[in-house]
Order: sequence, then C-alpha cells, then structure tokens
Amino acid sequence: MFRAQGGTDLAQSSQAAGGHESIPALLLRNAAEFGDKPAYREKEFGIWQCWTWKEAEQEIRKLALGLINLGVNEGDFIAIIGNNRPYLYWSMVAAQWVGATPVPLYQDSAAEEMAYVLDHCGARFVIVEDQEQVDKVIEVQDRLHQFEHLIYLDPRGMRKYDHSHLHEYAHVQEQGHAARDEFTPELEKRGQKLDYASTCVMLYTSGTTGKPKGVVLSNRNIIETAKSSAEFDHLGPGEEILAYLPMAWVGDFIFSIGQAYWTGFCVNCPESPETVAADLREIGPTYYFAPPRVFETQLTSVMIRMEDAGKLKKRLFDIFMAHARRVGPAILDGKPVGGWDRFKYWLGDLFIYGPLKNTLGFSKVRVGYTAGEAIGPEIFDFYRSLGINLKQLYGQTEASVFITVQPDGEVRSDTVGVPAPGVELKIADSGEVFYRSPGVFEFYYKNEESTKSTKDAEGWVATGDAGFIEHDTGHLRIIDRAKDVGKMADGSLFAPKYVENKLKFYPNILEAVVFGNNRDRCMAFINIDLSAVGNWAERNNIAYSSYQELAGHPKVYEMIQSHVEEVNASVAEDEMLSGCQVHRFLILHKELDADDGEMTRTRKVRRGIIAEKFDDLIEALYSGKTEQYTETEVTYEDGRKGSIKATLEIRDAKTVPVTTQKVAAE
Amino acid sequence: MLDASDEGYVTEDGRRIGGVLMEMKNITLRFGGVKAITDISFDIREGEIRAIIGPNGAGKSSMLNVISGFYVPQEGEVWYKGAKRPPMKPYQVAQLGIARTFQNIALFEGMTVLDNVMTGRLNYMKTNMFQQALWKGKAEAEEVENREFVEKIIDFLEIQSIRKTPVARLPYGLKKRVELARALAAEPSLLLLDEPMAGMNVEEKEDMSRFILDVNDEFGTTIALIEHDMGVVMDLSDRVVVMDYGKKIGDGTPDDIRSNQAVIDAYLGVAHD
Repeated sequence: MFRAQGGTDLAQSSQAAGGHESIPALLLRNAAEFGDKPAYREKEFGIWQCWTWKEAEQEIRKLALGLINLGVNEGDFIAIIGNNRPYLYWSMVAAQWVGATPVPLYQDSAAEEMAYVLDHCGARFVIVEDQEQVDKVIEVQDRLHQFEHLIYLDPRGMRKYDHSHLHEYAHVQEQGHAARDEFTPELEKRGQKLDYASTCVMLYTSGTTGKPKGVVLSNRNIIETAKSSAEFDHLGPGEEILAYLPMAWVGDFIFSIGQAYWTGFCVNCPESPETVAADLREIGPTYYFAPPRVFETQLTSVMIRMEDAGKLKKRLFDIFMAHARRVGPAILDGKPVGGWDRFKYWLGDLFIYGPLKNTLGFSKVRVGYTAGEAIGPEIFDFYRSLGINLKQLYGQTEASVFITVQPDGEVRSDTVGVPAPGVELKIADSGEVFYRSPGVFEFYYKNEESTKSTKDAEGWVATGDAGFIEHDTGHLRIIDRAKDVGKMADGSLFAPKYVENKLKFYPNILEAVVFGNNRDRCMAFINIDLSAVGNWAERNNIAYSSYQELAGHPKVYEMIQSHVEEVNASVAEDEMLSGCQVHRFLILHKELDADDGEMTRTRKVRRGIIAEKFDDLIEALYSGKTEQYTETEVTYEDGRKGSIKATLEIRDAKTVPVTTQKVAAE
Repeated sequence: MLDASDEGYVTEDGRRIGGVLMEMKNITLRFGGVKAITDISFDIREGEIRAIIGPNGAGKSSMLNVISGFYVPQEGEVWYKGAKRPPMKPYQVAQLGIARTFQNIALFEGMTVLDNVMTGRLNYMKTNMFQQALWKGKAEAEEVENREFVEKIIDFLEIQSIRKTPVARLPYGLKKRVELARALAAEPSLLLLDEPMAGMNVEEKEDMSRFILDVNDEFGTTIALIEHDMGVVMDLSDRVVVMDYGKKIGDGTPDDIRSNQAVIDAYLGVAHD
C-alpha cells in the first residue's frame, strides 16, 4: 500500500477527519497536521518558490480577512481569472472561507464571453492575474450590474489606472492582516458555518451547445469525490502534481484543490504557459493529467525529433520501441513475461525509455490520466509501453469529474473503464448513458429548466453521450454524443465522432468534422496539424509560406487522402457503422478556433456552428464540385476581425463497398 | 502642456518628466565631404520617451551613434547630466549609464539568452577573471546577485521559456526582445533603441510597444528611440524630433508634429510646380 515517506500518515488521519466538511476546514487541518510540508510551489525568477501548508494557511487567512474588509458578504460570487498560480488558488479558498462562491473563468476567453458569465453569476468581486485580464473586465464592466471591485495580482502596467474600484492583491492582504483583530471573529464565525451542504464552487460548462451553464458543486460533491478517487489510486500526501490546465475546468479543481486538500499533496504551478514542458521535467510529477491532445503533441514532437536524430540513435530507438510495444504493457500490468524479454526491456529502459521519460518529465509518474476525448490506440500504447501508467477516465463537470475510471491492470484504449467508486451507471433504451453518484451536482445556477431536463428526481443524470457496457468486462464504451448520433438517409447509424477520432489519430490531422446526418453519403472537413505537416514538408522540400498554402498543397492532399482511405477501410470493418465512410473531403484553409466560435474553450468542435458557417463548402461537397471559392471571417486574438479568401480543392476518397465486405466476411 | 522650465513637466497620463538629461548642441557630423548631420540641437529629458524619426537616409542612425558616443561629431557639443561629454570609447559611454540596442541585432549567437543578458551586467561585476574561474566566495555571491537581477528582467520581458535557448535558434522578433533585455540588464539611465520595431509583424510591434512603455513606466528609464513606423512613434513618445537630409525639420509633441507642414512634406513629398 502506498504511503508517504516519513512524517504523518495522512490517509489514516483523514479517515478520522469527519468534522472537515469544507475546503477551509481541510486547510486548517493540513496546516496543523503537517504544516512544514510543501503545499504550493511556483517557479518565479527562475527558481521554485515554495509555500508550506502553514504558510499557505496564513496567506489565505490574510486574503480572506482582506475580502471581509472590502465588504464581501456571505453568498456573494467572486470570479477568478488567470493562469494557474498559487495566489489564485488561494483566492478560491479565501472566497469559500468568507462564505462566498468562487467562480473560476477561462483566462483565454474574449471579453464578450466573460461578460456573459460575469453577468450571469452576478459577481460583485473579480480577482484577476494581470493587466490583460483587468482590461477585459473594464471593457465590459458597464454591462455588469452587480460588479463592484476588481483585485489584480500583478501590478505591472497598472499604475495609471483609476484605482477607485481597483485593488492590488498584496494590498488587500495587508489591509486584511492589519485589521485581523477586528475581523478574525467574523471569519471564524463564517468558516464554522460551512458544511457539506454549502456551495464549494461554481464552474461554467464549456457549452458545446448554446450558452455556458453554471454548475453548482457542494462541499459534499467535491470532498466525497476527492476522497474516493484518492483512495482508488492510493494517492497520499507525497504526491506532486503540476497544475497547468485551466483553473475553470472541473478536473483542475478536483486535482489541485479537492484531492490536494484531502490528501495534502503539493501543487506545483509552472513559470508561464510556455514553460510547462521544462517545468514538468524539473518537478517530475507522480500524478499527472492531460487531455489526449497533449499526449498527441508530445508524441509528435518526439517522433519529429527522432527523424532528425543520428543513424545509431534512430536505430536503437526503433529496435527498443518495437520491443517495448510488444512486452511493455504486459510488464506494466504485472502479467507473466519471459526472462529474456524482461532483460531486453531492462536494457531498453537503460538506453531509451528511461532517458525519454526523463525528457518528457514522466520519470516519476505513478498514475497518469487522460480524458475529455478519445485517445488514439497508438498514442496510448506508446506511453504505456514506456512503463507510464496512463489510464483513461470518463467524466464531466456535472459529476465532479469521475463517472468511470480504469483500474490498474484493466487498461485499454477503446474503453473508458468501470464505474468509479460510489457511481451507479445505467444505459437508457436510446443508448444514452446515465449515472448517479455522491459527486452529482446540485443544480444549474439560474436555470431550473436545464437542471430538470438533465437530472431526474432520483438523482440520475443524463450524460448526453451514447454508449454501451461490455458484457464480459463491465467496461463502458462511448460511441458519440447522443445528439450527434443520427441516421443516414438509408437508415443506418451515423456516428461522426467515431470516424473523426479515427482520422485524428493520424498525427497529420489535427481536427476532422464529418457530415452525413440524413444524407446518403458522409463528407469531411479536415484540419492539418501545422507542426507535423510543416516538418514533413520541410523534410520533403516542399516550400510553403502560410498555413493556407500548405493546407492546399497537392502533396498534402495526397497524403490526407491516403489517411482518409485507410480510415474508410477500418470503418468498413464495423458492421454497424460501415455507412459512415467518408466519400469526399476537403482540407480547410484555416484552423478551427475557439476565438471564432468553431470550438469550445476545451477544444471540442461545435458541429452546428461549423455547418452554418461553412454551408457553402458542405453544399459543394454534396454537389460534386471539384473546387469551391469561399470567404471566412476570422477573429484575431485582440478581438479585431478580418477575412480569409480561398479556393478549396475537393477530393473523392475511395470507399470500401459494404456488400463485398459482408461477402468477404462470410 | 510643454513647459520649457528646467523642472520638467507632467504628461497627460500623469507621468512626471524631469529636467534635461542630455543635450545636443549644434551637432554637425561629416563623413569626408558628405554631411550626415547639419547643425542639430535638441534635448532629452529625464523619464521621457523621445523619438527621432525621418525618411530613409535622414541621418537618424548617425544621430543615435553620436548620442551613444560611437561617432564623434566635427562640430557641436554633447552635454550629459549637466556636464560636457568629452569624446569617449563605447565602453566608457556604457559606464556612464547609456545602453543601446542595434538595428541589425548584435547578440552573441552561440550563447544562451540567459548568458547574453548576463553580459549586460558586466559593469556590475567587480571580481576578476581568475576569481570567476575559481567561482568561490565573492565571485559566486556576485553572480547570484546579478543573476537575480537578470531574472527580474527575464520575467519582465516574458522570455522565461527561452532562457536556456541559444540565441541563434530564436526568431527575429524574440532576438529583438533579448537585445532589449541585455540593454536593460545594464540598468541604464538612458536607453537607446535603434529601430526596435523594424521587420516585425503587427502583433510583435504591439508587444514591443507595450514593453517599451512598461520599461519607461516601471523603471522610469529615459528612452530615446529611432523608428520608421510613424503610427508607433506617435503612440509611444512624449516628444519627437524629425530629421530630413541631416537637418532637423521639426521638434515637439506628437500632435505638433502631425500638424507640422515641413514634416508632412518630407514624408508625403511635395509637388514641384
């Protein structure tokens, strides 16, 4: 059983910690029980700065007192916007302590999107990281009726601003500390009122459809979920994690606050979003989470760099990686493997896997998770074969993340695992997955209608995903979003995501959008991956000056066509979905982007909006044209708009006739 | 607005501009028979952003080289901090607290960003080569102290992610930023920027403008810059000197310059009837 080295046996003490029914209560417990252990680290000025639990408690206390001093009332909403930084995590806990509800927002949202959320939750206070975020809030403040005070962390460039409603984070803390005698009794009183039923946090869903919804999660949701998931993976106070995913995302809240406070492990914040890879290597987390995209990008960059490596290195890499693919996953799962194979794997670890894991920052990873999207089997197997215990989980904001997880030893790329501890699962006749658990959210804020349609009286929640449970293993398999699963004109099943995922498993394809609902054939939009295709172009002496030019290059089209045809062959093997083969496709002239509304902030495609925006292209795909002129409006990062004009080539892809497939199968 | 008294003035956005830091008096610079600069006078006040603009070949870079002491003018005087500056070697000028960046980036290509910026601290290193080679006691403490300062600059200019990257591998826009970092590491009282936005795209220009304003705001550094891009100059600077064919044709606030007929003619050309 996993235990932290030396010091307090926290897992046991937390079992007995019945009275700790809120995050601030857990903070006090951690500060008392292992106050000198690191709670937060952040790299700044090139050095890892560290705060122990005791220091974190003092910082949070000062801020909480400062918030009372500024006039925060119980029941207020405090929006928090910025990159992962200890100070902002403290803001969330301080907000809870004074009886307010923290509402973290995506830091890369445009001012417009922020305005909606800030107005919807009626935040009186907003705590932001820097001038960039201050500017966004100021831009929309006239429309925010309840907005009163803005607190910023980084004073740089802020001197000239009107400070009547602006406060520097450090000053708020100072003033709170100065008035500690006056406000401490009030803070204690408010802290004691917090229990399992009180609100812990409100998180806005990314909103694949329509406006974002505010999901209210209680202390019970968060703490119970953190407790059972930490026990499931034997997480202890010795874990190290790197907090680099958006703070507004439920996963980050569970890992960096829920589990961190429950088990007392250390949360490390990167120096800047660009240095994550280097920081990961320096920290060497033991518990790691990333969406499939991160693993994909990393694998792509490893492969690209190996292409450029010397002959000997390349050869060693190929030999040992082939061996790792054969026996690595079995060794990881503790299955019987022959002595010679083990020796060869050990050698490989010495020469290739060890150094590679070190470079990637995965040397110490004991448990790694990926979720959010399907991960390509090859990508998944690559990491597992290196000896990294990468697993999949399936979850959503409404469930406080965990619905299903893969237990050690039962890890596969095509399932999302068995129900997490405390979770009940059922599949409706329509194929939609329902669950019930202690983590199930309280309600959608100011949206009773949606609450009712999502959660029934018995507490069952509709996931919106279609899937089935495998009979022999009990693992859940997800096919697609329930509302996206449709019918082709001939009545056969249409599951676009299934095909898109297969396409996206190719490193050259970043995104794919498949159309075909109520139509006779399927068509696809493809987005190339600039880093992978760009590198390929460089190695093949293909000159290009822009994304658009590269995307339209005949050689690129040829390559993508071969990928599409391979996918068609693989889709054809599945009897139920063989109708979803892609007949014609085009490569888009721009990357699908959240700023243009084509994707959510968590990078899921918004099918409806894309179909509407590029209706001329879809029309051209179905009408049999070989090229189509189009103009697309784009939004730049600073909010200005422009347009891209292009004439896109449309190609036919070979499909495998379904009937012959059946004949061949018989 | 502009008050000529020596106490300086206060800008519209509330920044206090001090007295005269550097004054150029009747500068004339010749290369053989070619007059690059003819009888130019202007001053740079403490805490201000002073721009020198003009069409190609107007003599802007020559002017900056006179300020930095790289060229010695045949006529005229350079006054710095209230004293006449004798002809000097570039390193002596650096010791006076004047730092600069170059139009054609002049960094140590093979060295990392960090090492490049550290070179900017040269004037603050007191230990000799042998002490540094041993790296004990004083030399070590000195390096730690200077590194701390350099890290603040790195943080300020947001180049943490390329700290350990050799400069040769960086794109142009970032190299420019590294050069600025190195100049700032010297803690200059006067910072000279030679075409800081040349060859940049819109986004890089916006970033660079923000950094220049922030440097001025945060450290109170006096900045003299040469720039081609009129729009950028007008937004950034407190006062502008306009040169054409080696002569000064305008001097004043951006608003004055915008309405100055001689400047408009120089930039847009005049029809000769």
